[in-house]
Amino acid sequence: MGAAQLGFSGGEPLVRQDLAELIAEARHLGYYSNLITSGLGLTAAKVQAFRDAGLDHIQVSFQASDPELNNAVAGSRKAFEQKLAMARAVKEAGYPMVLNFVIHRHNIHQMIDIIDLCDRLDADYVELATCQYYGWAFKNRAGLMPSHAQLITAEAEVDAYRERLAANGSRMKLIFVTPDYYEERPKACMNGWGSLFLTVALDGTALPCHSARLLPIEFPNVRESGLRSIWYDSPGFNHYRGDSWMPEPCRSCDEKGKDFGGCRCQAYLLTGDADNADPVCSKSSHHDRILAARRAADHATTGLEDLTYRNTENSRLFFRG
Amino acid sequence: MDFENANKVPRLRLGFRFQWEPAQNAHVLLYPEGMVRLNESAGAVLSEVDGQRSVADIVATLEKQFPEAGPLMTDVWDFLEDAEQKSWIEFR
Repeated sequence: MGAAQLGFSGGEPLVRQDLAELIAEARHLGYYSNLITSGLGLTAAKVQAFRDAGLDHIQVSFQASDPELNNAVAGSRKAFEQKLAMARAVKEAGYPMVLNFVIHRHNIHQMIDIIDLCDRLDADYVELATCQYYGWAFKNRAGLMPSHAQLITAEAEVDAYRERLAANGSRMKLIFVTPDYYEERPKACMNGWGSLFLTVALDGTALPCHSARLLPIEFPNVRESGLRSIWYDSPGFNHYRGDSWMPEPCRSCDEKGKDFGGCRCQAYLLTGDADNADPVCSKSSHHDRILAARRAADHATTGLEDLTYRNTENSRLFFRG
Repeated sequence: MDFENANKVPRLRLGFRFQWEPAQNAHVLLYPEGMVRLNESAGAVLSEVDGQRSVADIVATLEKQFPEAGPLMTDVWDFLEDAEQKSWIEFR
């Protein structure tokens, strides 16, 4: 079918005891393989085993719900040592060090500290991504979404840091991903539905994006059908393929080939109908929901401690480190 | 091009993989969440980039392989310079 990339993400892919075997098979099939991990449960020996199995790339991510990130930038290294050690082990095994930080309103003011930390680690790529509001983050949006003023400050800080890095001859690359809630046009989500991407969830459900499961659409399962028929023939993957499904304002829009009407999940979460244009678009009749979220972000008082954790048990465990 | 460049040894940057992709019927360069489909001449040059041999060695191999193409130093160097700009390769 021509797929060239295979990503192991989660949840936490390290809970698979046979991960090295899966990587070896991916390599055997000619895939470029990428592991996205929290680093918890990783060891230098595992990194080496993955390398030997043919893994091409590792990304260590720091989630919005990681209390340890706050500890680390605040100076307490202890809870954070495992992650830092693994970031180093990845680099020692010959990989570029790729770190991903989920940024939200309670850590966006620590941007410089976070980048300093990455610089000390000699990171190669640093992605500072403001979280996207689906699932858990949608429920906690008021507690996560940065205000416009915070965003402007952070952008200026990242730009200035980038200039310093360039002046010092550093090769570290900073990528700052801002929330689409502050855009006037939607993102080209997944480069179009059923266009490039397919993900298989733990139970075998095949999805056109990580969060598509929240949509009232039936999706196929790899235990019941082959990938070829899932990709080309299943109703789920054909549901929003192309542009014949589009209502106005997308249907007659000259930008529909560029953004594909934006994100179906966001349209569903914010308007109750996934057929609608992504309300991020200023042409959407539901754009007021986005404007309301921006206003709310200017006045939010939700503290970090008010966030609902995905899994209370786990976050306590992490906290004990 | 000058002598100094001929002695440089190109190699793929960490995280990049070069391979033949049957579905594309072309050589491709793979990197995190992306892929570049290479044209025939780019594929031929990168096929010789192994982190061991110098630009001069690579040019000599290619000139032997494609005698009808004439001298290739300028074309190969232009491509490699471009590839370095794009961060696909580095020189040591």
